[in-house]
Amino acid sequence: LCRCTPGDGGSGKTSMRSIIFANYIARDTRRLGATIDVEHSHVRFLGNLVLNLWDCGGQDTFMENYFTSQRDNIFRNVEVLIYVFDVESRELEKDMHYYQSCLEAILQNSPDAKVFCLVHKMDLVQEDQRDLIFNERQEDLRRLSRPLSCTCFRTSIWDETLYKAWSSIVYQLIPNVQQLETNLRNFAQIIEADEVLLFERATFLVISHYQCKEQRDAHRFEKISNIIKQFKLSCSKLAASFQSMEVRNSNFAAFIDVFTSNTYVMVIMSDPSIPSAATLINIRNARKHFEKLERVDGPKHSLHMRMR
Amino acid sequence: MSIQYGEPDMAGSYGVVDSFPKDFGYGGDEAGIDDDSSASADTQPRILLMGLRRSGKSSIQKVVFHKMSPNETLFLESTNKIHKDDLSGSSFVNFQIWDFPGQVDFFDPTFDDEMIFTGTGALIFVIDAQDDYVEALGRLHGTVSRAYRVNPHINFEVFIHKVDGLSDDHKIETQRDVYQRANDDLADVGLEKLHLSFYLTSIYDHSIFEAFSKVVQKLLPQLPTLENLLNIFISHSGIEKAFLFDMVSKIYIATDSSAVDMQSYELCCDMIDVVIDISCIYGPIEDGGAYDKESLAIIKLNNTTVLYLKEVTRFLAVVCVLREESFERKGLIDYNFHCFRKAVHEVFEVGCRTQRNGGRPDDSLTSSTSTSSSTHAPNHRNYASHNGSMM
Repeated sequence: LCRCTPGDGGSGKTSMRSIIFANYIARDTRRLGATIDVEHSHVRFLGNLVLNLWDCGGQDTFMENYFTSQRDNIFRNVEVLIYVFDVESRELEKDMHYYQSCLEAILQNSPDAKVFCLVHKMDLVQEDQRDLIFNERQEDLRRLSRPLSCTCFRTSIWDETLYKAWSSIVYQLIPNVQQLETNLRNFAQIIEADEVLLFERATFLVISHYQCKEQRDAHRFEKISNIIKQFKLSCSKLAASFQSMEVRNSNFAAFIDVFTSNTYVMVIMSDPSIPSAATLINIRNARKHFEKLERVDGPKHSLHMRMR
Repeated sequence: MSIQYGEPDMAGSYGVVDSFPKDFGYGGDEAGIDDDSSASADTQPRILLMGLRRSGKSSIQKVVFHKMSPNETLFLESTNKIHKDDLSGSSFVNFQIWDFPGQVDFFDPTFDDEMIFTGTGALIFVIDAQDDYVEALGRLHGTVSRAYRVNPHINFEVFIHKVDGLSDDHKIETQRDVYQRANDDLADVGLEKLHLSFYLTSIYDHSIFEAFSKVVQKLLPQLPTLENLLNIFISHSGIEKAFLFDMVSKIYIATDSSAVDMQSYELCCDMIDVVIDISCIYGPIEDGGAYDKESLAIIKLNNTTVLYLKEVTRFLAVVCVLREESFERKGLIDYNFHCFRKAVHEVFEVGCRTQRNGGRPDDSLTSSTSTSSSTHAPNHRNYASHNGSMM
């Protein structure tokens, strides 16, 4: 279970959540109002994981509530705590105070939880100041968080940093990620692919990838996610969703297809003379193998759910 | 001679303005389709884009032909002089868009209407539907009557623009009103013969592309032939709908005779976006373009719809909508497509030769160009029939 928890009101959690999970693009989020109450949503993630997003309005009255009446309810059985800070906030002391209260609650109820801090809205800071401010903030947070260790990210919805932060967080949530990566590499090498990307099905976040040579575009993961999500939105207007895609020109061939029950795969071949059918058969055969991998860990997760 | 505008402050590389190169062509020239070398810029037929100040002309041009996102057009500055946009290199539409600044005064003696209106194929007048359009109607009247006097063969198109903010009833009401008044004004001066076409448009949805598609189609002499070719192609291949798209602008220059469903058109536009975007990331050609001879895409949806895109010429691609069962006969479809593609190239070759001969049709070709049916006789036989090969 993951909790996305109180940042200050207006710190941008709802926009963030909307962009990553509910498929808004950055421009649409301006229309979202401030969260008034606790918003609770479930996102089925990687099949057997349920991401519980508690998007708590950061207003003071509610903050007080969490730490008294709601405390055990919210902070029990948490695997991941993600705390969002607005980098422009005028009330640094109060922010830190609330953050510490959260940490205390976590220590009491879920001491094994991983803690992530997002220093958000970095686009509002002047470019030459960003490193300085972020490092300073990171120092403070690390110090305050002891004995728990926290990982800090600097983010903004207007560039790829948000995407990277969420990808990193999600990456750490995947139970057998090393094994997944080894298998992906073997698969890619056997079919002679230039690059293979593995996407989580609901959010199209890249959870694993393999590349055999340097790629031109360092921001391609976020771009591809965006491209696919845009297209999914278009399809949903017709009450349909896309299943698979093949795009080629004289330089490359790309295949996007359903992979396992929780993932999509994208295979890039730079030798366009290899017939599509060959690659598609390879993908289909690999599918069975990867499904088996996922099923092995299945029971463990359901056990975890039941203990709740 | 391009308009200066500020770069929007978005750090992400995905939404960068003008990130798509103007020229989507290959490196070298393709024999037979090279139709620009002999014609000089001023002898090509033109589309004129006119309207009052701030009616949205430059935004339309940027969104349709330069892949600008509609939100970014807020940063465009006012146009100060006539902006001649020569698109022959990047788009099939080898017309020129003349973006007149809204403040042009026709009654200025230095305004040479002979030069400007002769050789114009279509005049698009943009009216801002969200504003009081009485002045616009007056200017429309002045402009079209003047142009008609110089060149009565111009197609007059009126875009009732910025309708994204209006309710459906309001849209219909506005269109009716504008239609009434414009035609009344023309009748008053005895110009009933002047025909105006009206379109409801907005840059925030696909309506501007649809309207432009219709405007461009009216200027295409090859249109009936292309439609015929598409009809034959789809009926023999089990395809439901096919559009011949200009890849850069997402205008469709021809489609088969079945009704155009806006949703299908929009889906095909979105497919083109996906294809170009992915091709730019993974398969760029030397000059940064992404669309070449081997461009192809297949998208399968979960409701048995299949979208199939294939390159036809360096500017044009055909996008087909079909069912999964029909797509199983892919070999058949590809063979028919091969015939179709060859025929399309022949059609344009005739056009080139005609242009090079100064507008006189080549005598040796009169038999094949006179009626579209005779051009198809040989091709018709060559198409493998979808129905004929039923098991």
